[in-house]
Amino acid sequence: MLRVQLSLRRGEFALEAAFDAPTPGVTALFGRSGSGKTTLVNLIAGLLSPDAGSVRLGDELLTDRATGLAVPPERRRIGYVFQDARLFPHLSVQGNLRYGERRARAAPALIGFAEVTALLGLEGLLARQPHQLSGGERQRVALGRALLARPRLLLLDEPLASLDLARREEVLPYLEALRDRLAIPMVYVSHQFEEVLRLATHLVLLEGGRVLAAGSVNALSLDARLQRVLGPDLVGAVLDGTVTHTDAAEGSAQLAVGGGTLQVSLRGVAPGTRVRLQVLARDVILATQPVQGLSVRNALPGTVCAIERDELGALVHLDVGGAMVLARITAQALDALRLRPGDAAWTLFKAISTRGHAFTLRTPRPS
Amino acid sequence: MQGLLAPAELEALRLSLAVAARSVVCSLPLAVLIAWVLGRGRFPGRTLFDALVHLPLVLPPVAVGYVLLVLLGARGSLGGFLARHFGIVLPFTTAGAALATAVMTFPLMVRAMRLSLESIDQGLEDAARTLGAGALDRFCSITLPLMLPGILAGAVTAFAAGLGEFGAVITFASNVPGVTRTLPLALYTAMQSPNGDALALRLAGLSFALGLLGLLAAEYLVRRVRRRLGRS
Repeated sequence: MLRVQLSLRRGEFALEAAFDAPTPGVTALFGRSGSGKTTLVNLIAGLLSPDAGSVRLGDELLTDRATGLAVPPERRRIGYVFQDARLFPHLSVQGNLRYGERRARAAPALIGFAEVTALLGLEGLLARQPHQLSGGERQRVALGRALLARPRLLLLDEPLASLDLARREEVLPYLEALRDRLAIPMVYVSHQFEEVLRLATHLVLLEGGRVLAAGSVNALSLDARLQRVLGPDLVGAVLDGTVTHTDAAEGSAQLAVGGGTLQVSLRGVAPGTRVRLQVLARDVILATQPVQGLSVRNALPGTVCAIERDELGALVHLDVGGAMVLARITAQALDALRLRPGDAAWTLFKAISTRGHAFTLRTPRPS
Repeated sequence: MQGLLAPAELEALRLSLAVAARSVVCSLPLAVLIAWVLGRGRFPGRTLFDALVHLPLVLPPVAVGYVLLVLLGARGSLGGFLARHFGIVLPFTTAGAALATAVMTFPLMVRAMRLSLESIDQGLEDAARTLGAGALDRFCSITLPLMLPGILAGAVTAFAAGLGEFGAVITFASNVPGVTRTLPLALYTAMQSPNGDALALRLAGLSFALGLLGLLAAEYLVRRVRRRLGRS
């Protein structure tokens, strides 16, 4: 468990944040730019010193203003992947990778050199100089360099922000592999919800230097405070499921989610794989009775739990076989269906509009 | 060379090279340290310290030579101490000429190094910290190698400038043939003597060629190192 409780004032900007990041697990620090995400990771790394507060990793206190304790960054064993990679320009890729490894001999090895280069696809790059690498390659080398320093915790400060969409897709699978295979605790800074969805188990929502909400990604996807930051297009329940059947020809898979079965677009997964998916609220259709003759692949019986009316209409929370799903409908539709909490309703959404991603790491229960 | 230059001229050339080389080699570590202190240090009086380091650039070289003579001369406070306890005598020696040259070229060296130090992204040093490198380790493994273009440029420029140092050398180390009579001093002597015109012209040409060679070498070295670092 990483326990953070920090305050820092720099001119106009004031940071006042406290949160716990479960370990193992991937905790996303999510918020708009200027919300204090990078400042927070710099404080955790020890590169910045807070005005007050403490940082505790496991049993070890790393920063404590009350007693004046401040373990220097070089002795924290906290890996840091910067937004701009920060590869050493005078060293080859190999030299960069070995830099931290050579200085961490005393610590227990997390992963060996050969394994890192294989996991991150760096075998062909070892002899190159950093300026000969693409942006995506640079970030992969930075990731490998941080891992080889045998960290107890990995901080990633928007590692994909400087990359274009195609390059992001090139690096994301490596981050997923890292999370699922190494189970190293990570704190991942991002302002892209897509990345949070693919990588994080937990989410700390920051705004103006304060923690607005914190919890599992699944729970917070139902939370209005996160929805306000995301905007109406990205609101939707985040569900975890397990693949039961796959149809390679159609590129679809059946998932067991809660007590029900969903059909979603998903390729390259074997039955048994755990999958994370988001069902966007605006893609969900509600019906008060079973409908027939529709192309929609998912029609699940559920119960209305709550209805939030807002300026866009209504956001309906439904319990679908133990899993929570959100549906965005207009005020007129709500009135026409006369939905009330406790009512039964059919939840319909298209397989094609629901994308899932393999997500092996289980969300640890808060202890 | 032997055919082109008279033994005395050859001697002056050899002395010039020796004096400049000694001055560069001895002042290099100190220059790196001062450049680092000025580039990264935050302490009261930094601006004054900066001005002091750069003072030889704007002072008359004769004044620098004179101050050295007062300090390090046989009757000077420091000079007397050095002579009594260590048997080191600097005025009127080749070592003294090198010292005077070093003081004069020191600001050039520091300036080049400091510029290259300030162009280093301090984020790289932060990255090294998170990878477990302590202060001295970071300096040796990151800062120093990245300063290399500046260190080379500073050293070669100081060497080229040191070949021609006149005022401070003649004031502090005098004009002793074979000991402190470097190229510019030999040139000055030739100009003072009757029938020395041809000799003076040859020595001036030689100084000119050496200076040009030095500057070109500095440029070439810096470019090569920069290319290796991926900065064009």
